[in-house]
Amino acid sequence: MIVVDKNRMNMKKEKDREYILTELLPGDEAVIVDINNTALGKDRLCELGLTSGTPLRVVKFAPLGDPMEIKIRGYHLSIRNSMAKEIRVRHRCRHGRRRHEN
Amino acid sequence: MKINPSSKLNKDITDTSQPWLPIIGNPNCGKTALFNRLTGLHHKIGNYPGITVEKKSGWLRGHDILIKDYPGTYSLNAKSIDEKIVSDMVQGWRDKKNRPNGVIVILDSTNITKNIYLALQILDWQIPTIIVLNMIDEAEKNGIQINVKQLKKHLNTAYVIPASAKTGHGIQDVFNAIIKIAESELRVDSQSHLLTIEELSRPLSEITKFLQQRFDKIGHLPEVDSMRLISESNYIRNIVKYLEPSEVEQLKNIINNTRNKFAETQIPYQTIEQTSRFAYIDLYIANLVKVKKTDDKSPSEKIDNFLTHKFFGPAILIGVLFFIFNAIFSWAQWPMEQISIGVNWLSTQFENLIPDGIIQSMVVDGILAGVGSILVFLPQILLLVFFLSILEDSGYMARMAFMMDRLMHKIGLHGRSVLPLLSGFACAIPAIMSARTIENWRDRIQTILMIPLMSCSARLPVYVILIAAFIPDKTVLGFLSLQALVLMGMYFLGMFTAVIISIIIKKIKKRNVEHSLIMELPPYRRPMFSSIGWQVYERGKIFLLNAGTIILAISIVLWFLASFPKPDDAENLSPRQKIEQSYAGKIGHAIEPIIKPLGYDWKIGVGLITSFAAREVIISTLSTLYNLEENEHHRVSLIDAMRNDRYANGKPVFSILVAVSLMVFFAYAAQCMATFAIIKRETNSWRWPVLMVIYMTILAYSASLFVYQGGQLLGFN
Repeated sequence: MIVVDKNRMNMKKEKDREYILTELLPGDEAVIVDINNTALGKDRLCELGLTSGTPLRVVKFAPLGDPMEIKIRGYHLSIRNSMAKEIRVRHRCRHGRRRHEN
Repeated sequence: MKINPSSKLNKDITDTSQPWLPIIGNPNCGKTALFNRLTGLHHKIGNYPGITVEKKSGWLRGHDILIKDYPGTYSLNAKSIDEKIVSDMVQGWRDKKNRPNGVIVILDSTNITKNIYLALQILDWQIPTIIVLNMIDEAEKNGIQINVKQLKKHLNTAYVIPASAKTGHGIQDVFNAIIKIAESELRVDSQSHLLTIEELSRPLSEITKFLQQRFDKIGHLPEVDSMRLISESNYIRNIVKYLEPSEVEQLKNIINNTRNKFAETQIPYQTIEQTSRFAYIDLYIANLVKVKKTDDKSPSEKIDNFLTHKFFGPAILIGVLFFIFNAIFSWAQWPMEQISIGVNWLSTQFENLIPDGIIQSMVVDGILAGVGSILVFLPQILLLVFFLSILEDSGYMARMAFMMDRLMHKIGLHGRSVLPLLSGFACAIPAIMSARTIENWRDRIQTILMIPLMSCSARLPVYVILIAAFIPDKTVLGFLSLQALVLMGMYFLGMFTAVIISIIIKKIKKRNVEHSLIMELPPYRRPMFSSIGWQVYERGKIFLLNAGTIILAISIVLWFLASFPKPDDAENLSPRQKIEQSYAGKIGHAIEPIIKPLGYDWKIGVGLITSFAAREVIISTLSTLYNLEENEHHRVSLIDAMRNDRYANGKPVFSILVAVSLMVFFAYAAQCMATFAIIKRETNSWRWPVLMVIYMTILAYSASLFVYQGGQLLGFN
C-alpha cells in the first residue's frame, strides 16, 4: 500500500484547480487551459498565441481596475476584464501579493 | 533599370502592369519605417473610400517596382476595416492576375513566435515571400538569438533577412531580394504551414478533397481553405465566385455535414486554424529562437511601474495631456499671428497692385482670405502631430489607452479617444487628424463626430463678446464671477452633450464584437526623429493639399455670396448696404422666419451664414452690418451697437436670452468649413461631414429654440 502524504495531495489539488484569469493577482503565473467557445474574439486571442498550454503572467490591472495586462509569449497584452473572464487557467503560481488565504 | 521619373507617382496605383509587392506585418513591427527606407521620398498617400485608413504606395528607389504599404494586421482573419483591406487583397490572389510578384512580410524579431502567425498564413499562398526580421538590433540587445538558417528551411522560403529599418542594417539585402523577385517568375511549391492531428484532419477530408479537385480555379491550399470554411461562417463568399452555382450548393452541404461531425465529437472547430498553426509554431519555430534569460522584468515593465502606476500613472497622464493641450493652445499663438500678419500684408500688396473691382475683391477677400484661413491651422496641426507621433512611436499612447479605457468604454468609446477629444478644445482640425491613432474604425468615426462638440478656440471670441455685452458683471455666492461661470458652462455644455450622444450611440448600436481592446502594449522605444519628421511633413502636406482645396472652394463661394449681386450704385452704398443687398444678406432675410423662434434677426442670420468660414467671422460680419470701422476699439463699439440695436417697434434686438441662445447655437452648430473639409479628407467620403453638419445643425437649432422659448415662458425676455 502506498501512503499518500495528505498535504501533498492538497497541494496537488490546489495546483490543478482551474481559475478564471481575472481571479489571479498581479504577479501570478498560470497556464491557459482554454478560452470558452462562446467568447467573442476567441479566434483573435488564439491568433495572438493564447492557445491551450501557453504560460502567462498577470502584470497588472489598469489604475481603474479594467482592463488587465498580461505577459504572454514574451510580449505584453491588454484585454478587458469582460474578455479575461472567458479565459480559464491552471497551475497557478503565486508571486504577487497574497490575498487572504481561504 | 532606369531611375523612375517622379511623374510616375501620378500613375494609377492600381495599375497592375508594373511589378508590385505588398508590405504586410503586425501593427508596431516597423512597416512604415521599412517602407520609407525602400521608397525614399517618393510615395503617394491616398485613402480608402469611406474609411480613415491610409493607402500608401511608392516606387522602390530607382526602380520600376511598386511597393504598397498595407495597414498592420495580426492575421488574415480580419477583425476591423483596416485588417479587412489586407485580407481582401490576399483573397484576391486566387485570381492569378491579381497576384503580386512577391510579398514582403515584416516580423518583429523581438517577438517572432507571435508575429510569425501572419507570415505562415501568407506563405501558404505560395507566392515568393521575403521575410524581414526587423529590429534585429534590438533583439540582439535583449539577448534573443534567431537561427535564421533553420527558420528559412522550415518556412521554405527563399529570403529570410535580418534587418533593422532603424539603422539601415540589412536593407540592401531586402532591396536586392525585391529586385530578384521582380525580375524572375519564381514558382513556389511548399507544404502548408499547419500541423494537424488525425483527429482534426479526418473530418475535414471531404472538404479538402472537394477543394483539391478544383485547385486550379480556387488557387489556394485546400488544407487552409477547408479549415477556414469550417470555422468562419462567411468565409465561403471568398470562394463562391470561382465555382459553379451547383458546386456552391454541394460545398455548402459538405460544410454543414462536417460541422455536425465536429459538433458530435465536441471538438472545438471554431479555432481549428489557429490551433494547427500554433502547434506548428510551437513544434518547429519556437525552439529556433533562443532567449537568454536575464531579468524577468523587461525595462519597459520597470518603466511601467511608474507610468501605469495606480496613482502616479493617472497623474503623469494628466500632466502629459495638460502639457500638449497647453502647447497647441499657446505655442501655436505666435506663428498663427505671424501667418495672419503675412496674409494681411499680402492683401495690401494685392490691393495696391490690382485696380479696384471684382478681380481685386476676389483675390483679396476670396482667395487670399481662404488661403489665410487654411494656413492659420498649420501651426496647431504640426504641433499636435509632432506630439502625437512621439506618444505613438514611444509606446506611451498604448498606455494612455490602457489607463483611460475604462472611462471611455463606459461612454462607448475607446481609450485612445481621449487625446483627440481633448485636442478638440484647442482646434477640431488637428484633433480630427489625430483620431487616426484609433485602430477600430467605428470608434474612430464616432470620435471624429464627437470632436466638433468640444468648444474650440474659435468659439472663444464669440462667447467673450456676447458675455461681455449681455451677461451682467455680477458675482454669485460671493466670489464666483457670473461671466466666468457662463463661459465655463459653455465649455461643459459641449462636453456633456458629447458624452450623452456617445452613450446614446452605444445603446443604439449594440456592438456584437467586444474585442476592440485586445491591445498590445509595445515595448517603450526611443522615437526616431526621421519618422516623426515624416509624419509631421505628411500630415501638413495632406492638410494643405486635400483639406485646403475644399476650404478654398468654400471661402470663394462665401465671398461670392457676400459680394454679389453688385448693386448699380455701389459707389454710394455703405458696406452695410452692400452686404444687405448681397446674396448673403438676402439669405439672411429669407431665413429670418426660421431663426425668429430662436430670437435672432436677419443680421444674425447673415452672420450664421458667413461664419461657416470660421466661427469668429460672425464678429466681423456683425461689425460690417453695424457700419463699424475696423479699428482697435471696434470690439467695444460692437458691444455698444449690439446693446443699442432696436427693432422697429423699439424692442431691443439683443437680450440676455438672445445672447445665451446664440451662444448655445455656437456651442453646437457645425460652423467651420475646415472641420467639414478635414472630415471629408479623413474619411474620404462626403457621408460623414454631411452627417456632422445635419446632426449638429439640428442639435443647435433645437437647443437654442429650447433656451429661447423656455426662457420666455419663464418670464425672461
